[in-house]
Amino acid sequence: MRIVEEMTQSAGKSTPEIGEKIRHIVKQFASEERDPAATESLFDSGLLDSFVLPQMVSAIEETFGIRIPDSDLNPRQFETLARIEEYVSSKL
Amino acid sequence: MAYIEAFGAYLPARAVSNDELAARLGCDSAWIQQASGIAERRYATETESIADLAARAAGDCLARAGRAASDVRLVIVSSGSEPRRFPGPAAEIAQRLGLDQAPALDVPAASAGSLIGMVLADALAAAYGVVLVIAAEKMSSLLPRDPPDRNLAILFGDGAGACLISRDRGPARILDHILHSDGAYTSALSLGTDGTFSMDGRAVILHASRKLPRVITELLERNQLAPAAVSSFLMHQANQNLMDGVARALRVPGERVFSNIRQYGNTSSASLFIAAAEWQAGAGFRAGEPVVFAVFGAGFHWGALLATGV
Repeated sequence: MRIVEEMTQSAGKSTPEIGEKIRHIVKQFASEERDPAATESLFDSGLLDSFVLPQMVSAIEETFGIRIPDSDLNPRQFETLARIEEYVSSKL
Repeated sequence: MAYIEAFGAYLPARAVSNDELAARLGCDSAWIQQASGIAERRYATETESIADLAARAAGDCLARAGRAASDVRLVIVSSGSEPRRFPGPAAEIAQRLGLDQAPALDVPAASAGSLIGMVLADALAAAYGVVLVIAAEKMSSLLPRDPPDRNLAILFGDGAGACLISRDRGPARILDHILHSDGAYTSALSLGTDGTFSMDGRAVILHASRKLPRVITELLERNQLAPAAVSSFLMHQANQNLMDGVARALRVPGERVFSNIRQYGNTSSASLFIAAAEWQAGAGFRAGEPVVFAVFGAGFHWGALLATGV
């Protein structure tokens, strides 16, 4: 039963905690203090610029204990909170 | 492994300030400096060709090495901005230098071509003796004008650099090098057949920020060296923010990463040699001190080269 639960938890399900942690990371690198909408482009809105993107990706790896391979380093993957959450959830 | 004898450089006379660009692009001059670390860049004249820039840099390099052009047995030329599809500029440049008999090879790799040329020269010096690597770029000729693209226009400038590599002598010996390529991002930085210059800045920065520290670490680890043991890092002068990020990732002081991007902007493949020529005229190679060269560019191609003063 416990094995089934663990498998379910690690099957790429998004959780409120994941979303909250991602929101916290983005805030660390944002140019202004505000809560972006889940589908708002973090770059087009000016909240993030390209130079903080590498640092933000490293922070995501560290926070969630995941390794993002170069093949997944597509900036669009990190365009919105929703996309980041979806990607991180798929790696957990 | 071969020796590095000298570097040389040539920068066109016309300096284009951020104020001049800002007025043309309709943006803030301070923003240009903040986004790129660049205060001004040089533009060649309409009539100055890649071969013109290259010949001047080659002459400077040979003079610094105390060599005659006739000593050179192989010429390698890197340029991503040569307007002619073929032939590349190498043969014309060799002819300008009076090298009618030396083979002259083209490496059409924007940004990374200078280091690729050094690696090839290191491998071929055993057979050819003295190899002249030249990188020349006229990036201003590629910039979209109507309408202008401010993200490209603020970065790029024109210039040429050169590096003389030989089998037997020089102030530094090449110890090792690594080159990598990844064709999955060909469209992220490209010059199309119709002359369209496009750059996905986010993709370039994201990959360069991770691949450069990684290849440098890979090179140093296999030579049992820590980044802190390296006296200077000479890099493609892409963007000051990128170079600062590489220094942070390697945990070395920012001053160890030589920079002259403020004065010349991003001159693509020429920038490594232009920076190296200025560095060599100042601090330069010192006996026993390791120096790392590193580049990242269109392709993507990236790599690093380790040399030590003798």
